[in-house]
Amino acid sequence: MTTETAPAPKKKAFKGVVVVNRENCKGCAFCVEFCPLEALDLEEGYNAKGYHPPYLAKPEKCNGCDMCGLYCPDFAIFGYREKLDGAAAA
Amino acid sequence: MSNANSSGVLTGSHYLDGDHACSEGAIAAGCRFAAGYPITPSTEVVERISQRFPHVGGRFLQFEDELAASIALLGGAWGGAKALTVTSGPGFSLMMEHIGYAAITETPCVYINVQRAGPSTGLPTQPAQGDMMQARFGSHGDYRLIALCPNSPQECFDLTVEAFNLSEEYRVPVLVMLDEVVGHMTEKVVIPEAKDIKVTERKWTAKKPGEYKPFDANGGLVPEMVKAGDGYCIHVTGLTHDDRGYPAMTVPAHEKMQLRLRDKLLNNVDQIVRWEEKDLEGAEVVVVSYGITSRVAEKAIQQAKAKGVKVGSFRIITAWPFPEKQIAALASKVKAFVVPELNLGQMSLEVERVVNGRCKTVPVHHVGGTVHTPESITAKILEAVR
Amino acid sequence: MSAPVRENPVNKYLRTERMPSIWCPGCGIGTTVNCFARALDELQESGFSLDKLAVVSGIGCTGRVAGYMKVDSFHTTHGRAIPFATGLQLANPELKVVVYSGDGDLSAIGGNHLIHAARRNANLLVVCVNNFTYGMTGGQVTPTTFKPAIASTTPYGAFEQTFNQPDLVASAGGVFVARWTAYHVRQIAKTMGEALNKKGFRFIEILAPCPTLYLRRNKLGEGLDEMKYYQEKSVIRNGASTKDVGLDYRKELVVGKFVDIERQPLEEAMEARMREVLGSKFVPYTTPVAKV
Repeated sequence: MTTETAPAPKKKAFKGVVVVNRENCKGCAFCVEFCPLEALDLEEGYNAKGYHPPYLAKPEKCNGCDMCGLYCPDFAIFGYREKLDGAAAA
Repeated sequence: MSNANSSGVLTGSHYLDGDHACSEGAIAAGCRFAAGYPITPSTEVVERISQRFPHVGGRFLQFEDELAASIALLGGAWGGAKALTVTSGPGFSLMMEHIGYAAITETPCVYINVQRAGPSTGLPTQPAQGDMMQARFGSHGDYRLIALCPNSPQECFDLTVEAFNLSEEYRVPVLVMLDEVVGHMTEKVVIPEAKDIKVTERKWTAKKPGEYKPFDANGGLVPEMVKAGDGYCIHVTGLTHDDRGYPAMTVPAHEKMQLRLRDKLLNNVDQIVRWEEKDLEGAEVVVVSYGITSRVAEKAIQQAKAKGVKVGSFRIITAWPFPEKQIAALASKVKAFVVPELNLGQMSLEVERVVNGRCKTVPVHHVGGTVHTPESITAKILEAVR
Repeated sequence: MSAPVRENPVNKYLRTERMPSIWCPGCGIGTTVNCFARALDELQESGFSLDKLAVVSGIGCTGRVAGYMKVDSFHTTHGRAIPFATGLQLANPELKVVVYSGDGDLSAIGGNHLIHAARRNANLLVVCVNNFTYGMTGGQVTPTTFKPAIASTTPYGAFEQTFNQPDLVASAGGVFVARWTAYHVRQIAKTMGEALNKKGFRFIEILAPCPTLYLRRNKLGEGLDEMKYYQEKSVIRNGASTKDVGLDYRKELVVGKFVDIERQPLEEAMEARMREVLGSKFVPYTTPVAKV
C-alpha cells in the first residue's frame, strides 16, 4: 500500500512588485484587464484629476511580468521581479 | 567666414544661363543636399544639380511634388547639410506652408523661385515678377525672411552663394527670386577660385548635450545650430515653442517667440539689405527696379538722361527686407520714384508706403509675358519730372 | 528593509517633464509608444546608440509622439513627415529614422508621399497608428473610416470605400508590412524590433482606440471595450496576402506580419547607379561634421 505525502510547499524565489504613478494615471484600466494573473484592480480612491488608479489588489499573484507596464498608455505603471532572500519558512 | 571648399567650385570664366549659374552658386556655397520637382522655367537648376552633385559629393532627389520637395530640404538641413530647392510660381504656392515651417523652426535653407507669369498656370515659359509680395507674405501668419533678386547670370551665382551665407548667419529661409529671362539668359559668369569665395559655415554650437537648447539665442537673436544624430536630443516643432523647442501654446510664449523671430531680421536689417545705386546725387527721378527689369531700366535711364533729366537708379537686391531706410532717405530729395515691374504693382507698393507721400511714386506696370520696352519706362520718367 | 523605488524603465525614452500626455484616457497611442520603447531596449542591447534615432511625426494625436520622445524628434507639417524623414535620412544616413503618425496624416493628406516612399524604398520605418479618425481636430472621417461609422463630417455615416493600408503600401513596393492592434503589445514590440533592424520602406499599422471621438460617436464604449474587441476579433495570419487583409466595420481583424522581403533601399540604389555610370568619378555623399 502506498502512502501519499502532501507535496512540500513551493518556495517562491521572487515576488512581483508593481509601481504606480498615481497622478499620471488616467484610469483606462488596460492594466487591470490585461494582467495575466488578475492581480490588479482600480482603487476606490482617486487622484487629483479624478481618475481611479490601479493598485496591486492581490500581491501574492503578481509575478512582475510587467504586462501592465507594457499596456499602459500613460507610462503610469510598471512591474518587476524582486528576488526574495533566504528560504521560505518551513 | 571661411573659404569655399575647393571641391566642386567650377573656377573659371563660363557662359552660363542664370539657372545654371544658380546651381554653381549653390555648389560653391557648400550645398550638398537638394530636393526638387520640375517646373518651367526653373527645371534647369535641378537638372544641372542632378548632373553635378554626384561629382562633388552631393545628394539630389527629385520628389513626387513640391509639397515633398519643400520639406525634404528641411529634413536635409536638420541632417546637417546645406540644402536647396527650386521652383516657379505654381510650385512656389505649394511650397508656402513649408517656407513658414522653415521660418518658425529657424531652419537654414534656400528656396529659389524663377518667376513666370501667373496666376495659376499662366505663361509657363514667359517672365514676370508677380511673386514678390508672395515672397514676403505667401505663408500664413507673421514671419520674416530674406529674398534676393539677381539681375544677371553672374548675380545668380553670387547671390545664391550669398543666400546660403545669409541663411546660415540668421538661421532663416532665404529666397532667391529671379525671373525667367534672367534664368534663361546666357552671359559670362566668372567663378573665382575657392579661396576667394567667402562662405558662412553653419553656426554649430560648442555647448554640450544637456546644455544646448535649439531655440535659445543666448541673449542674442540667433540660436546656434546642431544636427540630428549628435546626441543633442532636440525637438523641433511647427507649433509655437519655447527655447527647448517644446510646444508652448500661450500668448506670452507666442509673443516671446514671434518678437525674437521678428527682431532677428529687423534688428539686423542694416547688415542684410543690399542694393546698387547710381547717380543718386542731385537726381530728380530715381528708377527703383530689380531683376530683368533693371536691365531694361538702364536703357530707359540712358534715354531719359539724353533728354536732360537728372535720373538715378536704385536697384533692389534684397527685396526683403525692403531697403526702407535708403528709400526713405531719398524720398525728401527727389521728385519721384519710377518703379517698373513685371507685375501690376508689388514692390511699388512698398516704395509708396515708405515714401509716405513725400514724393511721387510712379509704377510702370506690365502684366508680364515679356519685358518692358525701355521707351515705356522712359515715358514715365519724363512724365514724372513734368 | 524596503528596496529603493525604481523608476519606470520606459522613462529613459520620454520627456517626462511633459507628462502626463494630452492623450485621452483609453487612447491607444501611448501603448504603442510603450511597445516602441521595448523594441528600442532590445535594439540598444545589440549596440545601437539612441543618439542615432530620429522620430518624425506629422500632425494629429499620433503626431504628438515626436514631442514626447527623448530622442532627436521632429514634429513636422500635416502629411509631410515622410518627405521630411526622407531628406533627413538621405542627408544623414547613419540615422535610423522612424516616422510615427496617424491614419489621416499618412494616408489622406500624406497619401502621395506614402506611396512614393514605398515605391522608391526610402529607408524609413513608418508606424501608422490607425484609430479610424482625425482625433485632434474633433473626429472627422479618414480614408480608413468604415461605412457606416459616424464622424463629425459624415454625421449620417461614412459612405466611401476605405484603404486597406497594408495592401496599399505593399502594392506600392514596401518591403516590410505588418498590422497589429494595440492589444497585441508583445507582437508590436517584436515586429518593431525586426523592422528597426531592416532597411528599406517598412510599414506597421497599429489599430488603436479613440474613445473620445470614434468610439463615443459610434457608441462603441470606452478604450477598454475596443481593446477587448481587438482581443476577440483579431485573427493572426502571418504571411497572408495583403489583398486578403481588408477590414470592415466591427468585423474580424486580420493582423500579423504580411510582407518581409528584400529590395535595394533608396540610397543604395542611388549610389549603385552613380557608381555604375561614373565609376571612379563618383564622389559619394558624406554627412557634414559639426565642427565648431
